[in-house]
Amino acid sequence: MTVVWVILGILAILIIAFVVIFNGLVRLRNQVKNAWAQIDVQLKRRHDLIPNLIETVKGYMKYERATLEAITKARTLAQQASSAGPAERGKVEGELSTALNRLLAVAERYPDLKASQNFMALQEELASTENKISFSRQFYNDSVMQYNNQTQMFPSNIIAAMSGFKQGEFFEVTVPAEKEVPKVDFTDSVK
Amino acid sequence: MWQQIQSNRTRSIFLVIGMGILLALLGYLLGLYFADSGTVGLIFALIIWAIMSLVGYFQGDSILLAASRARKITPDDHPRLYNVVEEMKIASGLEAMPAVYIMDDPALNAFATGRNPKKATVAVTSGLLQKLNRDELQGVVGHEMAHVKNRDVLLMAMCAVLLGTIVMLAWYASRFFIFGGMGRTRRSSSSGGSGGEAIIAIVAIVLMILAPILAQFIYLALSRRREYLAAASSALYTRYPEGLASALEKIAASTDQLKSVNQATAPMYIINPFRKQGMSADDLTSTHPPISKRIAILRSMGYASYEDYSKAYQQVMHTNKVLIPASVIAATSGARLRAEQPETLEKPEDVQRVRETTNALWNVHNYRIIQCPCGARLRLPPSYKQSEIKCPHCGRINPV
Repeated sequence: MTVVWVILGILAILIIAFVVIFNGLVRLRNQVKNAWAQIDVQLKRRHDLIPNLIETVKGYMKYERATLEAITKARTLAQQASSAGPAERGKVEGELSTALNRLLAVAERYPDLKASQNFMALQEELASTENKISFSRQFYNDSVMQYNNQTQMFPSNIIAAMSGFKQGEFFEVTVPAEKEVPKVDFTDSVK
Repeated sequence: MWQQIQSNRTRSIFLVIGMGILLALLGYLLGLYFADSGTVGLIFALIIWAIMSLVGYFQGDSILLAASRARKITPDDHPRLYNVVEEMKIASGLEAMPAVYIMDDPALNAFATGRNPKKATVAVTSGLLQKLNRDELQGVVGHEMAHVKNRDVLLMAMCAVLLGTIVMLAWYASRFFIFGGMGRTRRSSSSGGSGGEAIIAIVAIVLMILAPILAQFIYLALSRRREYLAAASSALYTRYPEGLASALEKIAASTDQLKSVNQATAPMYIINPFRKQGMSADDLTSTHPPISKRIAILRSMGYASYEDYSKAYQQVMHTNKVLIPASVIAATSGARLRAEQPETLEKPEDVQRVRETTNALWNVHNYRIIQCPCGARLRLPPSYKQSEIKCPHCGRINPV
């Protein structure tokens, strides 16, 4: 009789352990999902800011058509990839970041633009959106790491393998190596 | 991160239970002395505590906000502050955006409140907004967000209530001892009087004096440890410990004292509002750890992880005490520091900061802005009822 009770007791402990670990995994996986949704919100917000930005700078930057077109193109590409996975999105968003940074660097040469109220407000919005993207990425990657650790560590790895918990994918915005901008040097022609 | 909250909670629960036992003991002994029944005293103490806790739980945040005369702002009132709070909300993984408040006070301080992470509030003084740059502001807001995320806010509020109940009970009991003592003595002598009575009286008196002091020490121990943990979390969220370090430096150097504050709400702030100039806060009676130590720990971090904060803590404090348990440390290891971020404000930055803060204050106080064609900007208080106003600069009459 006691043997039966011992077996039942062990079974009960195993079931409880299974439930606890399983729920822990589900909670971590949901956190990863939510964190990804956060990134999505911030990336969309950046896409929405760009037409506004172009509208503001257009009047001042008449001769920077190439820069503006590059940014519009990068935005369209990024929007098209909006339902892709972390790796694909990281690439297109990285290109958009590069185009944006170039625009902001060019803006330094236009004091009138820099002093305009509109541009100053936009700059705060853009800077903050960039921060929000990087903070949501930071939180997402931390969550993925915790989730992956849990799916790899004993004993939760057994339950993860049994119930089909797949590894999470990290998100990195890959900024392509800065292409050399042709420098125009006037000093020689003056001589 | 929840493991940290967990281990934190276990320790905190012990401390809170300690305070609870103190309250129960005090109630029991006072009941035994005044009403010849410990149970009556115990129930009486618990009822007072329950009522105060309920009020504290449901009204605590509004009471605190009203007492500090803070005003709620919208994203348009102060975009930079609102953005920084949202950034830290994202970095900490909080589910809901906290309400943002500004206190019109030149002192440099900030606090967080709210009964749960879904209903949180972050309040900063206008002085803080004027003096800190974006990175520093982020460090301070990250620190407050950590208090919300680690659920320090509710715990500290509930502890403040418990402490308040103990102090109140002891205070009223001492009045009874002094003014009602005669009646009591007569009654006990008529019933014969015994050695037991005298012992109870002595124990009750000793406890009456000691309980508030003991409770205060528990409260302070609790709040100081939580300050360290909040700083560690802030560094992890921002990945830039220098921001909080340099903010604390500016805050420590400021001589302005916060106006609307009292003993019970002091631990809610980022820095002890009662500190005196040149006083070392390195004693048992301070709600906050010494500020120079807090800065030194943040500055000796090589990475932004909890592990690094813990190491820096041991190094600066010359101790082997484990601040953060190993299970938590593993979860965040290898978090790299980031670079300083460029200012979005036009130079001179401090002038811009003062301007945007005063604008926010005008807005939250419902002032109307009239732009005169001559370029002057007129601000009308909400009490201004005329239909037109004369511009003091050019003499034009502007419709309101």
